[in-house]
Order: sequence, then C-alpha cells, then structure tokens
Amino acid sequence: MRKNQNLGEYLQMQGVSRRGFLKFCSATASLMALPPSAVAQVAEALATARRPSVIWLSFQECTGCTESLTRSHAPTVESLIFDAISLDYHHTLQAAAGHGAEAAREAAMEENSGEYILVVDGSIPVGNPAYSTIAGISNLDMLKEAAEHCFAIVAVGTCAAFGGLPNAQPNPTGAVSVSEIVKDKPIINVSGCPPIPVVITGVLAHFLTFGTIPELDALGRPTAFFGQNIHDRCYRRPFYERGEFAETFDDEGARKGWCLYKLGCKGPTTYNACATLKWNQGTSFPIQAGHGCIGCSEPQFWDKGGFYDPLSAGQWGSRDALLGAAAAGAALGVGSALAARARKKRAMAEEEA
Amino acid sequence: MENMTLLDFARGPGLQWALWIFTFGVVWRLVGAIFLLARKDLSKPRRHNSLVAGIGAVISRSAPAHAFEKKIRFQHVTGYAWHFALFISVLFFAPHILFFESVLGFGWPHLPNAIILLTGVIAIGVLVALLIRRATHPVQRFISNADDYISIFVVLVPLITGLLAFAHFGARYETLLAIHLLSVEVMLIWFPFGKLMHAVMTVPARFQAGTAFGRRGVKA
Repeated sequence: MRKNQNLGEYLQMQGVSRRGFLKFCSATASLMALPPSAVAQVAEALATARRPSVIWLSFQECTGCTESLTRSHAPTVESLIFDAISLDYHHTLQAAAGHGAEAAREAAMEENSGEYILVVDGSIPVGNPAYSTIAGISNLDMLKEAAEHCFAIVAVGTCAAFGGLPNAQPNPTGAVSVSEIVKDKPIINVSGCPPIPVVITGVLAHFLTFGTIPELDALGRPTAFFGQNIHDRCYRRPFYERGEFAETFDDEGARKGWCLYKLGCKGPTTYNACATLKWNQGTSFPIQAGHGCIGCSEPQFWDKGGFYDPLSAGQWGSRDALLGAAAAGAALGVGSALAARARKKRAMAEEEA
Repeated sequence: MENMTLLDFARGPGLQWALWIFTFGVVWRLVGAIFLLARKDLSKPRRHNSLVAGIGAVISRSAPAHAFEKKIRFQHVTGYAWHFALFISVLFFAPHILFFESVLGFGWPHLPNAIILLTGVIAIGVLVALLIRRATHPVQRFISNADDYISIFVVLVPLITGLLAFAHFGARYETLLAIHLLSVEVMLIWFPFGKLMHAVMTVPARFQAGTAFGRRGVKA
C-alpha cells in the first residue's frame, strides 16, 4: 500500500468489492453496538481514512497475540484493514533489524508525533528491567518514551492489559501491565490470551471512523466486545439451566455437548466475545471444542485456582486448619463444662455450710 | 494475592475464617453441652431402656401434640415446608454440591435447576411469612428476642442473594456470587452463637430429654 493511498482505494486494489466492504462496515458497526444509521459514517470514514501510523512494542510475551492477529486462515477484510495500517515498527513482522529497526521506530514517532497509535503486547518487568530489553533499551524506558507522544495506547493481550502470565505468582520479573506505568494517555485493554483478531480490527476501525476511543468497561476494555460474559452467550447455557453437566471430558454428557461448569468452566465470570464472534472466522471457540473457558481475558486468571476447579468450589484452606479449629473448640467446651461443674460444686458446698 | 477482588476474598480468606469460626463454635457448644450431662445417678431408674425412650421422644416431638394440633397447624406446616425447601435448595443444587465436594471430598447427584428455583422461592416465601407472623402476632412477638430476628435475617439473605446470582439479576455475576458467598459466611459465623445452633442441637436435646423422662417414668 502506498503511503498516500486511502483505505478504500487499497481495498479496491486488493479485489474487495464495494458490497463486501459495506458488509464489513455493517458488521463492524454492529460489533461496536452502533445504530444502523452509523454504517454509512463508518463506510465513509474507513474508505477515506489515511493510514494511521502504528508502533507495536512487544515486551514480555509469547508472540501468541501477533500470531492470533496475523495467522488468519484466509485473507479477510479484517486482515486487509490490519495490513492497511502503517505498521511502522513491529520487531516480529518487520524486515529491518538491529539499529535500522530502532531508527524506523524513532523516525515514525517523530513524523507522527501526537497521532500514532501505540500497540503494546507483553508485560513490563519492573523488578529488574534487564529481564527484557530491546536493542539495549529496557521495556520500561521504551514504553515511557513511545507513550509520551502517542495518541492512544492499545494494550493487546492479557499480559499488556493486566500483567498476564509473567505477573503470575511469584512474579519473578516484577511484571506489570501498561496501565500501571502510563497514567496520562487513553489506554484500551484488548485482553485475552490471545485476544480475538476482530476485536483489535474493531478497535482500529473505531479509531479510523470517529478519531476517538470506544466506550470502555471498568477494566478499560471496549464494552462492545467485553460487555457480556461468556456464560450469558454460551450455546450450552440451556444445559446449565436444566442441570445437565459433563462430569468428565469423555463421558456421555461431554459427547452430548452438555454444560462444562463442573469441569471448571469460567464462562460465568469471564467477559469476552468468544461465544459470539468465535475464532478462525467464526468456526468455533474453546467451549464448542469441548473445553471449559479458562477466563483468559480476566486479570490474574492464572492465579484464580485451578482451571479444572468448578467456580463454586471454595479455596477454603486445609483440613488440618479445620481440625485445629475443632480441637480448640473441644478444649474450650471441656474447659467450660469443668468450670461450670466446679462452680456448681462450690455453690453446693456453700449452701451446705 | 495482588489486586484481590471481592470474589477472591469471598472464596478464599473469607470462607476460611468463616469455616474456622463455625467449626470452633459448633464443637465448643456441643462438647460443652455433652460434658454437662455426665453426672451420678442418685436414684434407681424407673425404666432401664432409656435409649428407646430417647428415640421415642425424638420421633414424637416431630409431630404436634394431639391437644395442640389445631392451634399450631400453621407453624407445623410452614415449619416443615421451610425446612424441606431449604434442605433441597442447599443440598441438591449442582454448584452447591461442587462446593461441598471441595470441602468434604465427596459429592452426590443433583436436581434440575428448575426444581431448585421452585424450592428457593418457596423457602423465601415461607420464611418471610413466618417473619411477618413473628413480628405481628402478640405472643410470638413477646417471646422473640434479637437472636430470633438476626437468625432469620442471616438465613434469608443468602437465599435472596443466591436467587439473584442464579438469575444473574441486579449486578454482574461475579459480584452477585461474591455477595452470596459473603452472606453465607456471615450465616456460618453467626450459626454457633445464636438460635441457628438448633440445627445441631435439636436431635440430641430431644434425645436427652427423652432419656431423662424415661428414667423417671414420665410419659411425654
């Protein structure tokens, strides 16, 4: 895509029909919970949008988020829009390496000062910044420098949004989320391990259309995608209501597609769009594939008990502690009974005297 | 844990403390009461088989005395309805069984949610009716103290919050679940120190009264 080409021209060049483009705009508008009247605005804004500069910083991460966003099965309008942004720095995807790559990042930041979108995946180690560096620059310093003149930050994946796996106990690197470091810029948390690709393109489409950040929930996630929990949208919900549960992963209930609550599904406390948007172009999602939701788009999901422990199971400590409480109770019971008997004896002795 | 949510607290430390206090209190009161019973027999018992008399009292006191049958029909019927509905709602709802399984190490079959919903609504309805009666009936009001009202309140709240969590109504599910768990924890903490202890004490107390009466030859 040429630098001065707009998105409409680019998509046309790639063989995307006007009809296909409008279909995408309608889907995007409805995904973002916009009224039907906004479709035209979305289409016009997207068609004439200039390539926004995107700087993508990868910190303590596994590259799963990038894999999720780039490895779509076939080219889709979403992926083309993703291609259409000016991804000026992404050290997994870019051809440049070493000093050349860093020079590209610095140049993009200077050219688009105040306008570029900063995408971050991975958490930032603050315990010892040397745990993760790029070109000798610590993640902490690079984030601060890049965030200073950006328009907004998109924290992609649970690591960037909430600390994620590196933040799991005992958190050896002192990993933190983007929002714990940057306080003065709008941050959109697109959580998930990894997040759903269409959510990131939806957020970018929102930028391109309105030039603003979408409505966010209390955890800084776009409500259009993270507004409802998996359980409320799960196709297995009727089985939950009827009390029909799979007891193991290979029993009759599992084969019949019954509810996975007993097998530790975290759907009721997980807010994401997996059950509606699904993965691999709407093919399936974990619950449909027979495994319970692990709650990967929620903060500290790694430390919330076992993935296979049911949600209603308590983390109640050990039996020893309960036995200790029982022993203490028994001792007090015996003691108070003996004391009562002694009092009675004394009273009787006093009466006789 | 860093950034502990309300649900994390309710499922973790909150539940631990509630269970410790509950266990400590129940064992304390039960052991204390049992040890008070041990005393010398100073007279020759009228009836030697006090076990039969004890069991007889446990059974006979589960039905109203004939002379009072008409007068206490309301309490009798509502009492059974309430306890039965509570029993079903607490012990046969699948997520509850999973909770008990996590504490006890074993579980049992569950009932469909529709039945639990029905018994839950019945339990709330009956308890509210009993509460209104207690507050308005002159005699009941006279013999009631703060313990009665607190005990009803700490049992009523978990039922209501449980139904709200079940229906996902009023707040996000994790918030409702946390409030439900916290309300159960308040009930567990209150349990040994108030009249809810009757759940543990009723059968042994009736049995003890039965054996004492049997020994003296009282037919009651």
